[in-house]
Amino acid sequence: MPTGSVSWAAKVFAVARKDIVSEFRTRYALNAILMFALVTLTVVSFAVGALSPSREVMAALFWIIQFFAAMSGLSQVFVKEEESGTAMILKLSSEGIVIFFGKLLFNLFLLLILSIIIIPLFVILLKSSPENWGMFLIGVVLGNVGLAGATTIIAAIISKATVKGALFTVLSFPVLKPLLIAVIEITKVSFLGGTDAEVSSPLQLIIAYDVVMTTLSIMLFDFVWRQ
Amino acid sequence: MLKLDVQNLAKRFGARKVFDNISFTLEPGQSIAIVGPNGSGKTTLLRLLIGFSIPTKGRVVYSEEGKHLDFDSYRKHLAFVSPYLALYGSLTARENLHFISRVNGDKVSDPEIESALALVGLEGRGDDFVSAHSSGMLQRLKYAAAILKNPTILMIDEPTSNLDDSGKKIIFDLIDKSRKDCIIILATNEKEEYSLADRLCQLGS
Repeated sequence: MPTGSVSWAAKVFAVARKDIVSEFRTRYALNAILMFALVTLTVVSFAVGALSPSREVMAALFWIIQFFAAMSGLSQVFVKEEESGTAMILKLSSEGIVIFFGKLLFNLFLLLILSIIIIPLFVILLKSSPENWGMFLIGVVLGNVGLAGATTIIAAIISKATVKGALFTVLSFPVLKPLLIAVIEITKVSFLGGTDAEVSSPLQLIIAYDVVMTTLSIMLFDFVWRQ
Repeated sequence: MLKLDVQNLAKRFGARKVFDNISFTLEPGQSIAIVGPNGSGKTTLLRLLIGFSIPTKGRVVYSEEGKHLDFDSYRKHLAFVSPYLALYGSLTARENLHFISRVNGDKVSDPEIESALALVGLEGRGDDFVSAHSSGMLQRLKYAAAILKNPTILMIDEPTSNLDDSGKKIIFDLIDKSRKDCIIILATNEKEEYSLADRLCQLGS
């Protein structure tokens, strides 16, 4: 009955598109992420706004908000498939690698939406902005790629667990620690208006982290997904 | 030609034996009904045949022209219909069929989807959200997804589950039409469905 075949990339985009359409209709993960981000930002702005904390502290605060907001929603990418019973049809319909990249794209999309909302609110509510916007945005994009890469495979692992609870955050933190340290360093330098040379080491670390994490995830995913 | 070879298959859950020593071979044009009372292991056997579960003993081998096929190779030829198989409630029937076909690597047009929906008696219902479908409509939609896949292996768990009389007739006709080119494996405890297959594999006797 089918009239032709579609490319590998088209299959990946089909998975990501399905998740995006589904997400905008149900707001399953988006609401959790955005509410967490808004509440945290508001609380932090009330608590530390008057104290005029240093820019180093501001850089760390930005990533604390980004990290925990992400933790509140990114695991849903596989948990929802397992809990609603649709994982079976996905397993029967496509290769594991297609599913992995589709889910990775969707998580990256969620993280970018989160950043687009958090950044202006952060600047307005905490009255603090980076001196070097280019460096700051590069850090945010690369940090989000690393976050999406690591959390996608961890989400696949925890979706198989009987008790999911806080497992996602607990498993993610040690895996994401090198990424967070490097990305906070870049954000700190961008807030202080430092030079590009100051971020070359953390930048290299993030790029290496993104490559290694994505490669490892690709190698592990089929094993996790087929269990 | 695709071939399914089931060799001395056994499954235990801890100390409990579900079944053992199940062997059969199937080629396109042949069919088998796995029958037995509730809890006899029909769905478990189907899961083993698909590759969703690992047997305690024995092997399930899919081959084509004497060459063994891995999961990703035989999965492309396999369609599975089951009351336990869920579709995406937040997507419409048409979106579900488009998505399933696309990730499977098949390009299907809107008229093809309409035609598959019409074949299962869901004409004009393509824009309904699956979350609003009754269990019978959901079962028909799963058959539409199977039709679009144009499978060589058709596995059906409880073929007429949730279906009314007209639904049953449609599905019996579909299975009958697929019989010539397909390996058909049914799991059922409805006696009227035994005749849909050439052979019976009795479990729990």
